[in-house]
Amino acid sequence: MTPEYYLVLAAVLFTIGAVGVLIRRNAIVVFMCVELMLNAANLTLVTFARINGSLDGQIMAFFVMVVAAAEVVVGLAIIMSIFRSRRSASVDDANLLKY
Amino acid sequence: MTVTDVLVCALGAVSLGAAIRVVTTNQIVRAGLWLVVALGALAGVYLVLTAELLAWVQVLIYVGAVVVLMLFAVMLTRAPIGRSDDLDRPRLPAILVGGGAGLGLAAVLADAYRWSYIGLSGVEPGNAEALGREVFTGWALPFEVLSVLLLAALVGAIAISRPEVGERREES
Repeated sequence: MTPEYYLVLAAVLFTIGAVGVLIRRNAIVVFMCVELMLNAANLTLVTFARINGSLDGQIMAFFVMVVAAAEVVVGLAIIMSIFRSRRSASVDDANLLKY
Repeated sequence: MTVTDVLVCALGAVSLGAAIRVVTTNQIVRAGLWLVVALGALAGVYLVLTAELLAWVQVLIYVGAVVVLMLFAVMLTRAPIGRSDDLDRPRLPAILVGGGAGLGLAAVLADAYRWSYIGLSGVEPGNAEALGREVFTGWALPFEVLSVLLLAALVGAIAISRPEVGERREES
């Protein structure tokens, strides 16, 4: 196998996710783009596991999925609670940390 | 090009197209459904890489749980669902920053392997038996820490999303 295909695919996928996080305004779509970036990182982990002939990278990708699930649960709860107080799910409206 | 290369190019094209639709479509529910396509194609790439268990876990967790959860969140926050034109910020700086990051990553990764060919004989497939043996021998402690993390996330989500103690529930 040629590892370049997998690695370049992962890099381009990460780029699309990063651009999405920067240009999207709805918090839920931002979450979807974060998932894309996490999946790109997973793909590199699995590819490196395949290159080295060990299973450690696959187990790390497995753990990344678990952390991503936890992140989605807590993140959506935060979005819900912001939505309840401000009636908006836009990340531009959640400017509580500004003075 | 071998069969695996052709397969991974096809699946990668599907995944990239769907990912671009996630970022550019202006209907949120369609973004979620395109995310299903992108992540499903990635599960196919995992299968090509002989990570069987990971591919099925990807389908179960991402396609089955995460996307459904996000669609529920969309329904709870934007009840009249349809085309919405207020989704994008100014695009140019984001595309510059993201494109720079992506080009840098691709250059580093391509420079590291220089289109070398790696033989696949003698590599153990990542099925449930092999991964289970690894997790419960070498990775037992991180596994336990992760289970505590999941429990903490569950409790935290409930604590964040319930009304304040003593606050009166508003009648609707």
